[in-house]
Amino acid sequence: MESLLANFLAKYNYWAYIGLVMIGMYAMIAKRNLVKKIIGMNIVQTAVILFYVSIAAKKGKTIPIIAHGHEDTGHHAVQALDYISPLPHVLMLTAIVVSVATLGVALALAIKVYRQYGTLEEDEIAMRIEEQ
Amino acid sequence: MRFLALITILMVGGLLFYGTPDFPAWGDPESPASLHVSPYYIEHAVEDTAVPNIVTAVLADYRGYDTMFETAVIFSAGIACLFLLRIYRRKSTTTRLYRHNLTGITLRIAKGGKLPEGSAEFERIDSLWVPYDMIIKVTSRLVVPFVQLFALYVIAHGHHSPGGGFQGGVIFGAAIILYAISNDLRRAFRRLNEKAALLASAAGVLLYAGTGLMCLLLGGNFLDYSKLADLLYTDAIMARSHGILIVEIGVGLAVMAVMVSLYYNLSSAGRHDEGL
Repeated sequence: MESLLANFLAKYNYWAYIGLVMIGMYAMIAKRNLVKKIIGMNIVQTAVILFYVSIAAKKGKTIPIIAHGHEDTGHHAVQALDYISPLPHVLMLTAIVVSVATLGVALALAIKVYRQYGTLEEDEIAMRIEEQ
Repeated sequence: MRFLALITILMVGGLLFYGTPDFPAWGDPESPASLHVSPYYIEHAVEDTAVPNIVTAVLADYRGYDTMFETAVIFSAGIACLFLLRIYRRKSTTTRLYRHNLTGITLRIAKGGKLPEGSAEFERIDSLWVPYDMIIKVTSRLVVPFVQLFALYVIAHGHHSPGGGFQGGVIFGAAIILYAISNDLRRAFRRLNEKAALLASAAGVLLYAGTGLMCLLLGGNFLDYSKLADLLYTDAIMARSHGILIVEIGVGLAVMAVMVSLYYNLSSAGRHDEGL
């Protein structure tokens, strides 16, 4: 029982990302307001970023920047185990900026919808479409 | 609807929960993400590219294609926002509102009368009464140059410390957005107008793709910076380092311009008047 609990606590990064995915997806499905849906989408993106960055971690190791790398190259061998994995960081670095760009497009679409129907509530938009 | 959503979410959460025991533990050095290509990057980045920051080396050199198309995605997001929102038709208002900055008096000028647009004492406003916030304007004027300087540092120093084109570009864009928020959009246009922002975003992507094309023309693969060695008067390894810097500048330019252009279009809903 205790080892089960220890196992559960040892993977807290996954529980955090699962929680964020659930919050974000709930907002995307259940909320009627388009801006709230967009915020939900952003929360899901944040969850994915957290997931990627957390699987890159190595306990007690440092960031993937070679110490004194520009001074004496070749004198000491660089051990891969001493640095955390750079690859997920690279992927998420671009993903963060792309998520801001997609957020901009989503907000632009929301403004466009508001201009057309005068509201951002989903049920009211459906009503206006039926009226036309 | 809410109930259905809740059930769906609980099922998704349950599935993720069910799969989690197979995932590597927190901080496990043997996790799959750290096994395949990642050790090669860590052990060979310095000898291959002379860049101590492995993230920058992977971003702009090993995975250069990925970053190039990410930049293209950001560029197309900026263009999409422009196409969705921009209104070129001018409002047919006959009167214009001006605020005298020193006294706070709003002047209404009927058709025919005109004040100089670039006047320091008068400022064009769109609503009847907009307060003049001296503290905000002066503070942001003090902060903006340092933010811009820091952004340039982050771009240029991305080889040796955390940083690079994406981060520096976002900081630079944030400085211009800060200026646009603390003053108004019309003043920001005088510093960086819409056309310049769009041209800069296109130029950034072009600089990236052009560097790749240059490597192709010099007989290497696309984005193989070591072929630039003769052009830059260095050896093949330093050429890769310099190639990364060129590409990062392109990324920074594109990201900065797209952030600014997104803000211009979103904050004024495409009308490009005084904005927020």
